[in-house]
Amino acid sequence: MTIQDRIAEANAQAGEIKPKKPLLGGIRFGDSALRVVAGLVLFYLFLPIFVIILFSFNDPKGKFNYTWQGFTLKNWADPFRYPALTGALKMSLNIAAVSTAIAVVLGTLVAIALVRQRFRGSKAVDTFLVLPLTAPEVVMGASLLTLFLDFGWASGYSTILIAHIAFEISFIAMTVRARVRGFDWTLEDASMDLGASPTRTFFKVTLPLIVPGIVAAAMLSFALSLDDFIITYFVSGSTVTYPLYVNAAVKAAVPPQINVLATAILAISLLLLAVGTLYRRKRIVG
Amino acid sequence: MAGVASSSRQRSRIAPYLMILPALAYLAVFFVVPFFSLARTSLSSSGGSVFMPKLTFAWDFGNYTDAFSLYQDQILRSFGYAFVATILCLLLAFPLAYVIAFKAGRYKNLLLGLVILPFFVTFLIRTLAWKTILADDGWVVDLLGTMGALPSEGRLLSTSWAVIGGLTYNWIIFMILPLYVSLEKIDPRLLEASRDLYSPNRRTFGKVILPLALPGVLAGSMLVFIPSVGDFINADYLGSTQTTMIGNVIQKQFLVVKDYPAAAALSLGLMALILVGVLLYTRALGTEDLV
Repeated sequence: MTIQDRIAEANAQAGEIKPKKPLLGGIRFGDSALRVVAGLVLFYLFLPIFVIILFSFNDPKGKFNYTWQGFTLKNWADPFRYPALTGALKMSLNIAAVSTAIAVVLGTLVAIALVRQRFRGSKAVDTFLVLPLTAPEVVMGASLLTLFLDFGWASGYSTILIAHIAFEISFIAMTVRARVRGFDWTLEDASMDLGASPTRTFFKVTLPLIVPGIVAAAMLSFALSLDDFIITYFVSGSTVTYPLYVNAAVKAAVPPQINVLATAILAISLLLLAVGTLYRRKRIVG
Repeated sequence: MAGVASSSRQRSRIAPYLMILPALAYLAVFFVVPFFSLARTSLSSSGGSVFMPKLTFAWDFGNYTDAFSLYQDQILRSFGYAFVATILCLLLAFPLAYVIAFKAGRYKNLLLGLVILPFFVTFLIRTLAWKTILADDGWVVDLLGTMGALPSEGRLLSTSWAVIGGLTYNWIIFMILPLYVSLEKIDPRLLEASRDLYSPNRRTFGKVILPLALPGVLAGSMLVFIPSVGDFINADYLGSTQTTMIGNVIQKQFLVVKDYPAAAALSLGLMALILVGVLLYTRALGTEDLV
């Protein structure tokens, strides 16, 4: 046996027992299988969205827009054909904007207090803030309804507003807290050591640090308010929001304009998302 | 100088309480007090006519026993549906969250954006779209029929599976995001170390990835389970009278039948069951991973 033979034999044996090769192959196979599954799940997430967009071009024969009849552009030509639908959408936007504006102030103050200061009872405050997130909407709606009945308050715009602020505060506080945790708050001390007044420090140092977190929280809160059906249903009285209009339509007649406006809202969100991403990228680069 | 420091410290001792006061006061009035209203209503006995119901407080615990024996089916169904939907969410969300966290590279943010995007469409309209997709003459039923997975007269709409499917779809985002967050925190070097030490993939998954993803799994499960248990829209749009859930009952008793005591008793009972779970959870894991 020559040296070369021995080397070849050793190599062959090493090749047989070397566990890394088949393992790597296994990983690669598992990898692509994983990607396929993830892709299918993503497709599943978008399936109803495709249907919604498609049916905004449908030309339904009856009252309901559930089966495909034929392609038309007339729904898009006349998106605001139903004043009740448009009015409901405006009402929802109004409630989302006003409730978010109030809840952002209340929620952000709590979040900053929780992140920046250690104080007695902060753990209890923490747990207390989670509770509204863990109450099923049907229970929250029911409890607010009994409160308003006890108070003798008529349900309507103001009770919807009250209810929305109540569930938004916790979401905002938790989101802002998550975003501002880990910031270097000694920057504030540095600013003051360098002679800036507390007010100036707040506007020049603190605010720029926490604003992105607040904006993210406000967007989330706005979306939650716009989308809320169950709690609103309990406390709305005769006021009609966008989801409430949709629910009433399901029982009576579903105009394709519902799909048109839903698609438009989706497109606007997509645009905002894209602009936000580009803006962030530009700021990092520039 | 020392005076300035101590005064600012003194100020900061009251400052956090001033900062949390407005929100806590608001939540006390519009979150805590309503539960007392609910409790009082649940222990009242109803009198008067259907049109002018009159409630009198009477420590009437009979409302609870009545409600729970009458709607036992709906309660069990709600917890069953929510449980299955949570498991399905976990099974579907894990591969997606895993790929986004470890395999997406520079497409990570794009994929996250795509995952969130469908949820910009109102919950009710999304559920309505499923009504179209699962319809008896729709292509999904056709496809399953040709594959032999569904009997020829079989249907998807108005079945338990349609309701569970709706619950799964509508809250899967609350599973994907916390899972992604906890997977993303895993140091990739730990996976390399595990591989370098010749741990097979399955074992790396079981011994490294899963334990580290556990907070996300638990947070996601809670965030899916709770809204699923209380939901009534999916059962209303996609189900039948055989698939009504506890939310349907509460909604109907409150807003249609106006039997406030029974509805209040059911709501509080549901909340109590959930609260026990949540307190156990926060005691074990804290609140950090919830949002």
